[in-house]
Amino acid sequence: MNWTWFHKLGSPKWFYEISGRWLPWLSVSAVLLIVVGAVMGLAYAPPDYQQGNSFRIIYIHVPAAFLAQSTYISLAIAGVVGLVWKMKIADVAVQQAAPIGAWMTVIALVTGAVWGKPTWGAWWVWDARLTAMLILLFLYFGIIALGHAISNRESSAKACAILAIVGVVNIPIIKYSVDWWNTLHQPATFTITEKPAMPMEMWLPLLIMTIGFYCFFAAVLLMRMRLEVLRRESRTRWAQAEVARQIGRSA
Amino acid sequence: MSNVFTLMLLRETRLMFRRPAELVNPLVFFAIVIALFPLAVGPESQLLQTLSPGLLWVAALLAVLLSLDGLFRSDFEDGSLEQWVVSPHPLVVLVLAKVLAHWLYCGLALVMLSPLLALMLGMPLDRIPTLLLSLLLGTPVLSLLGAVGAALTVGLKRGGILLALLILPLYIPVLILGSGVIQAALQGLPTTGYLLWMASLTMLTVTLAPFAIAAGLRISVGE
Amino acid sequence: MNFNSFSEFLAMGNHGVYVWSSYAISFAILLLNVALPLMARQRYLKNEARRLRREAQQ
Repeated sequence: MNWTWFHKLGSPKWFYEISGRWLPWLSVSAVLLIVVGAVMGLAYAPPDYQQGNSFRIIYIHVPAAFLAQSTYISLAIAGVVGLVWKMKIADVAVQQAAPIGAWMTVIALVTGAVWGKPTWGAWWVWDARLTAMLILLFLYFGIIALGHAISNRESSAKACAILAIVGVVNIPIIKYSVDWWNTLHQPATFTITEKPAMPMEMWLPLLIMTIGFYCFFAAVLLMRMRLEVLRRESRTRWAQAEVARQIGRSA
Repeated sequence: MSNVFTLMLLRETRLMFRRPAELVNPLVFFAIVIALFPLAVGPESQLLQTLSPGLLWVAALLAVLLSLDGLFRSDFEDGSLEQWVVSPHPLVVLVLAKVLAHWLYCGLALVMLSPLLALMLGMPLDRIPTLLLSLLLGTPVLSLLGAVGAALTVGLKRGGILLALLILPLYIPVLILGSGVIQAALQGLPTTGYLLWMASLTMLTVTLAPFAIAAGLRISVGE
Repeated sequence: MNFNSFSEFLAMGNHGVYVWSSYAISFAILLLNVALPLMARQRYLKNEARRLRREAQQ
């Protein structure tokens, strides 16, 4: 197998060029998918027989929750890549993806709470999934805080990577223990994602929204990473040329 | 290799007993926090008994957390940490000895004090063995996971609150299992299965955490 | 289309407040996530432009 592409990825200049080509496509598909998914979910999907129209909140809650969890896992993967292969781009990815993941967790928590009001009669119920989400938010805060506290760029990225890896090992244990805790103390009667056999009109918008959220994540991550790469590489000639070009365009 | 381990353990012991106040401080903290709760929620014995598993666990967890802030600090400041990193002995072994010493003089001491405080909260005498077992299995996890955070923050000037921020979410599973076991015992439910779960969690942490601690120390020293 | 009129669509069967507020908050957060890096980029370019001008004068 040819691994040159993998090592090329580690080169900031190559990353900057290729990501510039991907970015417009990702942004356009994110906007299209999210708009189409939201319209389908809000207007065309049939109401749920138990929850009525309030179930339409899942079209943002579930994609955000998915994304929040997979972002944390990707933090750990990028962390391993950065630690093992010393790839600069992976270091950048760890620190730039963490805030996006934290915001997605916030979306999942807020929409879960708003959904809870008509369904459970309370803004917050200590339901297993919502509690696990809250813990995930705390894990994100830890990574972001550690990243800000260490001033040296390289060691800050490495420290965040280790924390993300420790956190990822912990996530299944947290999930298991929170589920167990929830059954020990009477569980909430039904949860936001528990759906017996959804009809196609119901899950298709969910699928579209989920893909849209992933595209959105990729686009925002690339935007953030490109800026950080420019900052880190500000001493190299290509980065200086790129900054000069951008200044000339905006002036 | 085992020789280095015992030497390290002996060194830590000697250092600990040179400053006996630091040995006592977490214990006093533990007792004070427990005493705060009856004052805050009222002396009703039924309520205190229901709350006791959670209270004991949260107080023990905070006591360990506070003692962890200084775990690697003095070694970092006097340069011994750098010596360990460059020494031919595996850093993981040194770290394991260091954390074991911390657990012996902080975690184990808390475990020994806990029956007294549990009785004061109205826990029945026959539930004390479960409490002891759950704390005995859980406190090593607290020390080990906390040491990961301490290793990552040792080079920072104000690491204390950051350490809490990093480590407290990671403590949640052991908190849930530990206090859940005692709660199950209070309700007369079987606890063996949960204790086995706790034991496997402890084993997992003992095997994996030293590598994370060692990696964290390398980063902090390299900075 | 699942609703007979636009007002019915807005009401969402008495759950309108919840549905629309959660969509509004979520889209606001999504927009914020796009705006923040864009603004940071502008700020960085402006700072760099100022630095380059200062260096050119010297």
